[in-house]
Amino acid sequence: MAEAERKLNNGNSRIDFQTDPSKYRHWKLAVDGEVATLLMDVDEKGTLFEGYELKLNSYDLGVDIELADAIERLRFEHPQVKVILLRSGKPRVFCAGANIRMLAGATHAHKVNFCKFTNETRNGIEDASEVSGLFTICVINGTAAGGGYELALATDHIMLVDDGSSAVSLPELPLLAVLPGTGGLTRVTDKRKVRRDRADVFCTTEEGIKGRRAVDWRLVDEVVPSSRLEEAVAKRAREFTARSSRPAAGKGIALTPLKRERSADAVEYSTLSVEFERASRRATITLRGPEAPPPASAEAMVDAGAQFWPLRLVRELDDAILDIRANEFDTAAIIFKSSGDPAQVLAYDQFLEANKKHWLAREIRAFWKRVLKRVDLTSRSLVALVELGSCFAGTLAELVFASDRSYMLIGQRDGDNKPPASLVLAEVNFGAYPMPNGLSRLASRFLADAGALEKANRPIGEMLEAETAENLGLVTFALDDIDWEDEIRVFLEERASFSSDALTGLEANLRFGGPETMESKIFARLSAWQNWIFQRANAVGEEGALKRYGTGQKPAFDTRRV
Amino acid sequence: MSEIVNVDYSTTIPNNVNLTEDRQVLRALERWHPGYIDWWRTMGPDGFQEALVYLRTAVSVDPKGWAKFDYIKMPQYRWGILLAPQEEDRKIPFGRHYGEPAWQEVPGEYRAMLRRLVVIQGDTEPASVEQQRHLGKTAPSLYDMRNVFQVNVEEGRHLWAMVYILQKYFGRDGREEAEQLLQRRSGDADKPRMLGAFNEATPDWLSFHMFTFFTDRDGKMQLESLAQSGFDPLSRTCRFMLTEEAHHMFVGETGIGRTIQRTCEAMKAAGIEDPSEINKVRDLGVIDLPTIQKKLHLHYSLSLDLFGSEVSTNAANAFNASLKGRFQETKIEDDHKLESSTYPVLKLVDGEIKRVDEPALTAINMRLRDDYTADCQRGLDRWNKIIDRVGVAFRFQLPHVAFHRQIGEFKEVDAAPSGELLDEAAWNSQKEKWLPSKDDGDFIQSLMRQVVEPGKFATWIAPPRVGIDNKPGDFEYVKLAA
Ligand SMILES: [Fe+2]
Ligand SMILES: [Fe+2]
Repeated sequence: MAEAERKLNNGNSRIDFQTDPSKYRHWKLAVDGEVATLLMDVDEKGTLFEGYELKLNSYDLGVDIELADAIERLRFEHPQVKVILLRSGKPRVFCAGANIRMLAGATHAHKVNFCKFTNETRNGIEDASEVSGLFTICVINGTAAGGGYELALATDHIMLVDDGSSAVSLPELPLLAVLPGTGGLTRVTDKRKVRRDRADVFCTTEEGIKGRRAVDWRLVDEVVPSSRLEEAVAKRAREFTARSSRPAAGKGIALTPLKRERSADAVEYSTLSVEFERASRRATITLRGPEAPPPASAEAMVDAGAQFWPLRLVRELDDAILDIRANEFDTAAIIFKSSGDPAQVLAYDQFLEANKKHWLAREIRAFWKRVLKRVDLTSRSLVALVELGSCFAGTLAELVFASDRSYMLIGQRDGDNKPPASLVLAEVNFGAYPMPNGLSRLASRFLADAGALEKANRPIGEMLEAETAENLGLVTFALDDIDWEDEIRVFLEERASFSSDALTGLEANLRFGGPETMESKIFARLSAWQNWIFQRANAVGEEGALKRYGTGQKPAFDTRRV
Repeated sequence: MSEIVNVDYSTTIPNNVNLTEDRQVLRALERWHPGYIDWWRTMGPDGFQEALVYLRTAVSVDPKGWAKFDYIKMPQYRWGILLAPQEEDRKIPFGRHYGEPAWQEVPGEYRAMLRRLVVIQGDTEPASVEQQRHLGKTAPSLYDMRNVFQVNVEEGRHLWAMVYILQKYFGRDGREEAEQLLQRRSGDADKPRMLGAFNEATPDWLSFHMFTFFTDRDGKMQLESLAQSGFDPLSRTCRFMLTEEAHHMFVGETGIGRTIQRTCEAMKAAGIEDPSEINKVRDLGVIDLPTIQKKLHLHYSLSLDLFGSEVSTNAANAFNASLKGRFQETKIEDDHKLESSTYPVLKLVDGEIKRVDEPALTAINMRLRDDYTADCQRGLDRWNKIIDRVGVAFRFQLPHVAFHRQIGEFKEVDAAPSGELLDEAAWNSQKEKWLPSKDDGDFIQSLMRQVVEPGKFATWIAPPRVGIDNKPGDFEYVKLAA
């Protein structure tokens, strides 16, 4: 299939992941005490790209960016909100899922990134429930098809109106010859524990399942007649509110716009820089440690708000990663560097640890966890360079462990009097930031001997120099000044010469050793099955289902099973 | 319900589908029937279950058999299952299966799509009975009362026809759908009927006549296109339903025609030349022509919504699958596949109404709707002739398709009946000029008085030119229960 690049709307040249409620075109966020209503009311014309319309509350990446933003803001700006009511602003339709014409005309790379981001958003909804006690109740009045039902599956409680026509469905296979792309199959079997043969019926029935049977088959939690809907929703909201551990009162912090300046080959944020070497297809992200010690108290942290260093950095890192993923397809490798005082980084980790019961500290930690997972799931070669004057300590050291390769400089370099390269472990490296497979990055790293670092002396808080770090298995190679430049140059050049597809597959395989979780299954199956099917002629060929969708003509399939 | 238990269905249900031999379907119908009678008693004509009504009953499909007239109590009406005779060697007349022998069984790959088509059609049949259940109490004559009951029992039979298809060809799902057709209720908040127009009230007789003229005509167009279906049993069922549907439209067209005639005659007699002298006209106990025009605006626009989006994937799929064709498909001269032709569709392009060529397959709804509009226009022409004959200066006009729409291209905009696009303020200040107001409704309602003396008619409607079954003017079409 020829991949003609589709044009972004409004003359944009990049997909921007930053937004705020004043700019939403597709969602209405209303907060009323402990309950927030998030109303999906997609503006048909408000598309990210040209060439399609978002009919029937279908979505594209632009719609999902707003959803992700809304969830994030509810976590940070409205800590008193305990329940989100996820509803549709359109009559007779909840959400028709990802827009099919958008998918049919999108490049494969965009489709994959789109699915990845939407999955991360849905995982974020589950994370808000699990970590913060911010529960989501999904109210389906109309049809929830495909991605619409998958969105519902990410919530804590699904209510379906029993009016003889409201239904949930996963019509991807019969209608489009693809699979649900946001974890639908996995959540149906693993989360909702729908019996496999019923799931088979459900996933091959285009019109879906409605009414009582949807409850009997565990596809939804309850059905409610229209006339009693509001009453039933209010009752459920009260129940979930009572279960929440969020603070009863507490002023939120404003997620103010990021400070971000873009030039041709660089993006400058307040706590990090991104530099593109386009000829060699590299992006270097340099994270900067804090300039001042942590505040004296949790209240002072709240006062600092979005300026609080760990929060500022994680938001900027999130944006930088998303920007590269969605806009820099030629970038083969992301190189992580850092600069600053490791002791200060550790001080912030200790501050967050000491205040981990405070809602804001909890949210910041959870944010880091999610962004680090985004890094894990980024299909670029990840490289960490631990150099003089760097500050890979505690939370920042996770980027070293997230990388496919890490290099650390031994001793000093000629003519440079910055402090020697050091790596510092902290409590947070041992469980605060699990990967999608449920293990910490260190546990994933030492699968053969999971206790290696747990035993005897965990070198927590020690400034580990290169050779020690290498001996402990914390970095791939420790190199001295003589070899440093050349080894890294050769490695990166070799890396850039490999097949990008094969590397994506290899890295994803090696990053997630060990056990499976629902989350790891979702991403693995997305990459393996969905992305494979998405490439096949039965879906995207001239006579394939996605191409023929909407024309009235039936797709012609290659009937051979692979 | 005890009288039902021992019914011999194979003989009580007039049929030409050999029910006696078809044990399975017979059993399914036996199970369904008590619920149907229950539905008819609770949702059918209110207050007239014991009345003796002079009704035609179809007992076979040949010209002699399908219009047997007699007095009957409606719950005892013999709702039959009658399919047009099977055409030998019928070939599929359109779609990707064009030219193949028509299917006598449901093709598995189209089962869901076909079932949906049958269920949507089936749902409209009982819906209109529910909408019209109070009309008997305000009938302008026994003649009109009989007409509404005739329409009602035949809509009931149409439900049977669709239920037969569901039970015979769609297994367990079909039986469940048949059950749900009895559960939904027009206008019910919890179990509404499937299509919007079938959840609106039919509050008065002008509405009823408008409904049978415009909405039953949509039904006719839908049946016409299903009568083309490659699935032969559906085609045969719909072909026979069309013979009944013609009477429903006759009731609508002549009902409005007689209303117009009465108004024009009363105006003439009173020496009123200007139709817009609404109050003077109303004082004569007739409905002024501008109000009739407003009702026409309302019902036409609601009925257009029933055709769905102008450009529709579902319609394209159904045509391509050879399940639902076009109006008079076999008389159209083209390839009947439409894989490469286009059809002009009125669309909203940059705030203007423009004609845009769309792939003909996806414009199937638009095409059917255009045929519908032409059919409506013929009825309007006949009404206008009535006005001309009496000699009043007024013409009825269909509004532009962009006027007052809830579905399709124009749902987001406001347009005048001329098609001129309006801003919200302009629309709000003028909409009562174009659509019936509450006052208009109250006035019409004030005329709705039951007239039950044989041969007598309410003030606002003229007698028919000919009686039903050629009966004389004072024939007692309905014998009300004592
Ligand atoms: Fe009918
Ligand atoms: Fe009818």
